[in-house]
Parts: sequence; structure tokens; C-alpha cells
Amino acid sequence: MAYVPLADQDHEQELHHPHSWVEKYVWSQDHKVIAIQYGGTAVLVGFVALVLSLLMRMQLGFPETFDLIDPNAYYQSVTMHGMIMVVYMLTALLLGGFGNYMIPLMVGARDMVFPFLNMLSFWFYLLSVLILLASFFVGGGPTGAGWTLYPPQTSMAGTPGHDMGIVLMLVSLAVFVVAFTMGGLNYVTTILQYRTRGMTLMRLPLTVWGIFVATVLGLFAFPALLVSCIMMMFDTLLGTSFFMPAIIESGTPMDYEGGSPILFQHLFWFFGHPEVYIVALPAFGLVSDVLSTHARKNIFGYRMMVWAIIAIGGLSFIVWAHHMYVSGMNPYFGFFFATTTLIIAVPTALKVYNWVLTLWEGDIRLNAPMYFAIGFIFTFIHGGLTGLFLGNVVIDLPLSDTYFVVAHFHMVMGVSPVLVIFAAIYHWFPKVSGRMYHEGLAKAHFWITFLGTYAIYLPMHYLGFLGVPRRYYAIGETDFIPASAQTLNESITIAALIVGAAQLIFLFNILWSLRNGAKADPNPWGSASLEWQTPDTPPVHGNWGDKLPTVYRWAYDYSVPGAKSDFIPQNMAEEDVEMEDSAAKGA
Amino acid sequence: MSETAAIQGTPEGVEGLVEDWASDKQTYNVPWGKAMMWIFLVSDTFIFTCFLTGYLNVRLTTTEPWPLQTEIFALTLFGQSIPLVLIAIMTFILITSSGSMALAVNFGYRRDKQKTFWLMVVTAILGASFVGMQAFEWTKLIVDEGIRPWGNPYGAAQFGSVFFMVTGFHGLHVTGGVIYLLIVATKVRKGHYDKKGYEIVEIAGLYWHFVDLVWVFIFAFFYLL
Repeated sequence: MAYVPLADQDHEQELHHPHSWVEKYVWSQDHKVIAIQYGGTAVLVGFVALVLSLLMRMQLGFPETFDLIDPNAYYQSVTMHGMIMVVYMLTALLLGGFGNYMIPLMVGARDMVFPFLNMLSFWFYLLSVLILLASFFVGGGPTGAGWTLYPPQTSMAGTPGHDMGIVLMLVSLAVFVVAFTMGGLNYVTTILQYRTRGMTLMRLPLTVWGIFVATVLGLFAFPALLVSCIMMMFDTLLGTSFFMPAIIESGTPMDYEGGSPILFQHLFWFFGHPEVYIVALPAFGLVSDVLSTHARKNIFGYRMMVWAIIAIGGLSFIVWAHHMYVSGMNPYFGFFFATTTLIIAVPTALKVYNWVLTLWEGDIRLNAPMYFAIGFIFTFIHGGLTGLFLGNVVIDLPLSDTYFVVAHFHMVMGVSPVLVIFAAIYHWFPKVSGRMYHEGLAKAHFWITFLGTYAIYLPMHYLGFLGVPRRYYAIGETDFIPASAQTLNESITIAALIVGAAQLIFLFNILWSLRNGAKADPNPWGSASLEWQTPDTPPVHGNWGDKLPTVYRWAYDYSVPGAKSDFIPQNMAEEDVEMEDSAAKGA
Repeated sequence: MSETAAIQGTPEGVEGLVEDWASDKQTYNVPWGKAMMWIFLVSDTFIFTCFLTGYLNVRLTTTEPWPLQTEIFALTLFGQSIPLVLIAIMTFILITSSGSMALAVNFGYRRDKQKTFWLMVVTAILGASFVGMQAFEWTKLIVDEGIRPWGNPYGAAQFGSVFFMVTGFHGLHVTGGVIYLLIVATKVRKGHYDKKGYEIVEIAGLYWHFVDLVWVFIFAFFYLL
């Protein structure tokens, strides 16, 4: 058929040029503005979830002190905290925020391939957030079924928000899936089809690789969430029995029969497990770039890192039932899923080794982003090691539904990606805003957050061993939990309150620096990757001025032997590289 | 690609394969819209796969027997009850519409705007009649046979739930496709794509064929199984 071989022509995108302030900053089709809209919304809603977690901690640390938090409010906080953090904060911030900002700049494109669709993606995301927040204001309040929304408890009268709250939650998730799909299609197509001259896939920074694979995971995993939402909506609104078995509520049989609650768990975790990597893989990518830049060394084992990302992405689709060892499914399933789960540790450990080896004998610059990146390696190793315990069926059975699980997933997919997000925000802040953040405040923010993390989650592992169950409103008095557990709970709560307050330092630092920070150099860290080589800082609409850049090398040419400068930008041709006089060219 | 090859030489074997895929600018030699449609369709495949897997699972777990499809989906024509006749016609119409769509794509690349336009309109009409017949089928099931999403007189309640949910979701896809086809067809007639090229017809066609393909599975799973 009459295809024009597109690779041979420099086909330029027709960009939408804004004519007014509203078109430029509100209904914007510029990927950078959309990224900031996405990121800002995600941070705001993340703070809501942070406050909810502090409410929970206050109740656990000091039960019967705060009238505000009754059992219903507690369960609603658990649910909304979890769902907001995983979906509306982390996913949106890493893919909608960093994905949008970084992809076109890092691959050398003028924008996403379909900017209008990209804009729609943000507005649908905002709509989903508003629907979710609206559930705080309806009768019965938001759903309190836990973030996993397991039936049948979602629909039972004892669960808060079993009428309107759950419906709004399901609608909001469905809208979020639509928003994600519109954005995700853009990210994947941009990375595959809109790279600049010389930018091969194997020259992409690992940030782009992480976001790319994570987006592909999202496009394949969110359908399962959408389907389970639709089916549960049918159960709630139409009275069908997809997930609801025959069940008796307060003495009267409910109008359900023959549904399968396990089916929901399978569908949910077929989404839910890849979701962990949708959050983790972009974080892996971002942290690789931060570590390499500030250690002035190329990332160790680049190709291995890429294959590890792809392998983790592939494996993440065949491990979902390790969340269901205690659900009553066939034990042979557990055997299979334990095996695949433990296999994931191989590429993941490989990445950790490579990060550490990247630091090895590097010319490490201890800037604030580097603090957070190294902090991430610590929290990720600790969270990952406890994952090995929970991945084994026999060890998981006693630990399941205790605080050990809470500590594990908060370390590995809560704190770790959040530390990377902070690292990335500080690292790219000079490019995005054109100003420097306050280094001292950033480091204070790091130390309180990092040490506070351990003060919160290390004792939780111990609580888990003691058998303290998760999702309990109050421990109360039991025969098997010693009274000292409550003392631990108090100290955890105090640490959590301090860490929560410390996030205000971050907020203040960012907002204050936007106006008052020192003017930033276009490339303050001496970074080799393409996004730092834009003609303007911050990059303007269209990113690259008259001509798209040409890429000659990978993104990690740091401390190249013989070269005068300790980094060589991706768009510098071989003949332009200044060499030391003594060294022969091309040494 | 040329620059890459010049600097690195051309590796062989698996590495060469990776290099080929990783070549600069673009991985697939197709327009952006087409690549995006393909990725979307893979994602959409996951949605329908989840629906059908859920359906099969529910059919296994339900406590009451599954209703007999041959009786429910029978239509009385000329005084005789013929099983599956309506659905046979619907399937035939939808498959035919794939044929007219394929012709439209062909004439699009030949830049024959008139024929492309009319063939797309024919496709849309066939699609709309499919949706119409589906509405007729739903009416018959709901009004005449008393099948509701939450229960029916023939057996397991889940039969109605899953049937209306999945065929409804597919029907929405067809309806969306009809609107999409009509929009593209109108733009084709106005010469909107003379400069950009007529790949858009093929992209719309990809979606349409996908919807047909999904129907084949739904047909097999719901009416024959």
C-alpha cells in the first residue's frame, strides 16, 4: 500500500499554539503544563491521604482520646488513604506527572504525539479525583471496605459507605482508567514512534524505559480493574450476583445467590499486582538517572537494567495470587505463584546491585537528590527482603493480615517510590522552574523523612511478629499481645506525626523557591541526558527551538576517560568532544 | 538508522534483532495514529478477555443450572421456532460490514473519495442495523421472556447479568464505531485528508474489524457454548 517511509522524512508535528492565558495554562495542550497540572493535583490529593493516615495513627497510638475518629471514620480513612496513595497519587504523579514532563524532553520530541488527547487525560483524571473526594460529602460517607474493596463486605450494611460511597469509588476508578488509557496510549506511542534522530531505544535514559514498561503494564492491567468495577457496580446498583454469594445479614438473607467473591480477588489482583510495578518501575528509572548523574559515573550494566525492567514487567502478570494465599483458593495455585514471586527477586536484586555498583568509586556529589536516591536504596532493600518472607506460602500464612504486611508494603511501594519522587522533584526542579531549591531545607526534609520512616516501620515488623492484626480500630486487651505493643504504637504515632509535619518543609521549600530561589544554571548537575540540553530553561512550548536535536550517544557518558569535561551531552557529536591534550582522540 | 549503523557496525543474531527494533525515530514504520490504535486494541482485548473469563468463572460457580440457550434465543418464524436464527443474521450482517470496511480502506488509499465515503456509510448502516437488531433481541428477552439482570425464570440469575453486561458493552463499542465511521466518512468526503493521507480510514477499519472479531468470540461463548 502507499506508505511513505516516514523514517526518511523529518515530519514535523503541528503544535497547537495557545493564544490566551487560559489556553496556555488551563486548557493547555503542552505536555509540560499538563505534567505540572497532573503533578500538582497528585501532590494535593496525596496530602489529603497523608492527613487521613495521621488520623489513623492518632487513633492507634492514643485510643479513646479523639472523639472525631469513630470506627467508621477509621475504616473510611484506611480505605481512602490506600486508594488515594496507590492510584490517585503515585500512579498519577509518576506517569501523569513525570511521564508527561520527561518523555518528550528525554526522547527529543516537541510534545506527545496527540496533545489534545493528553489534555483530555488530565481533565478526566481531575474529574475522577473530584468524584472520589465527593464521596466524603455524601450520606454514609466514603466506602470503608479497605482499599482492596473485597466483596461481600463492600455491600454489607455493617460497612460504612456501602450505599453511595462505594458507587462513587467505583465510578471514580472507572473514570481514572479512561484517563490513564488516554495518557498511556500517548506515552507508549511517543516513546516508540517520535524519537529524534539518533535516539535509539537502547540510548534512552532508564527513566523513559521505566515509564514505558510501566505504562504498558498499566494498559494491560487497568482493564481488569475496569471490569471488576463494572461488575461490582452491577452488583451494587442492579442487584446482580457476580461477586455476592448467598449471605445472611443481621439475620435476614440478602437478595444474592451464586456469585464468587474469589473472582473479584483474582480480577482485582490481576490489576493490583502489576500496579505495584506501575509505581515501582518509573521510580527505578528515575532513581537510576539521579544516582548516575550525582555519582558522575555511567549507570552500571545499562543493558542489564533495561532487560531487568522488561523481565519484572512480564513477571508481574503471573504473580497476582500471592496476595490470596489465605483466600481459600486451590493450594497448588499457591505453589505456582510462590515460585514466580520468588523469581521476581532475581531481576530486582540485579537492579539493586547495579545501583550500588554505580556508586562504587564514583565521584559522589552529596546533593539533596542524591540523599533521597541513596535513602531509596536502603528502604527498597529492607522492603524487598520482607517480600521474600511474604512470598513463601508457609511464612505468609501466620504473617498475613498482621502489621508485618503493612510494614512490608509501606517500605517497598510506599516510602521507596515517595523517596524517589522527592529525589526526582529536587533533581529536576531547576529545569522545570529555572530556579534552585533551598539545599539546607531539602536536606533537613530528607533526614526527618528518612529516619522517621524507620522509626515508623521497623517497629511495625515486630508488631507483626507479635500477631497484631492490621485494619483493627484498636487492639484492646488480648491474651496474646503484650501491653507493651501499645507503647510501640504510641512511639510510631509520634514519629508519624513528625514525618507528616516535615512534609510541610518540602511544600514550603518548593513554593518559596519558585519565587525566591537562586537563578538556576541550565544544567546545574552537569547531566548528560537530553532534557538538560534544551535551548531555554525552563523549556518553552515546542521544546527545541527551530531544529530537533540529534543524538550521538547514550545518556550516561560521565567521566569519560580522556574527555576534558566530566560529562558529554547526548547531543554532542564525536568530533565536537574536547579531549585532554595528552590523551589520543577516541581513547 | 544509518548513523547508528555507521558508528556501531551492524551486529548479528539476537543483538541485531534488538538493534533493528531499537532503531532511532520509530520502531514501527506506521503513522502515529495507527500505532496508537493497535496498542489501544490490545488494551481493549484485555477488557473483553476479563469479561469473558469472568463469565466462564461465574458460570462454574453459580448454584443453579444455566438456562438452555437454544430455547431462549429461538425466534418464531412462520409458526416455527427456529433456534439462533436472529443471532445468525446479526453475525452475518456484522461480518459483511467488515467486508465493506475493507473495500473502503482500499478505495481510500486509491484516493477515490466518493467510493470510500459510500462504503463507509454502508458499513455504518450495517453496524447500526446490528445495534437495532440487538435492541430488538434485548426487548424480546426482557419483555417477552422476563429475563432481567438480577434474575430470570429459566435458571441461574447470572445468565441475564452477564449477558446484558457483555453484549451491552460490545453494543456500546459498535455504536461508538458507527459514530466514528460517520465522522471519518464526512471528513473524507470534504477532502480533509487530501494532505495528511488516508491512513485514517485504515485506522477506523482496524477498530471496526476488532469489534467484529470480539463479536465472534461473544457469539461462540454466549450462544453456542
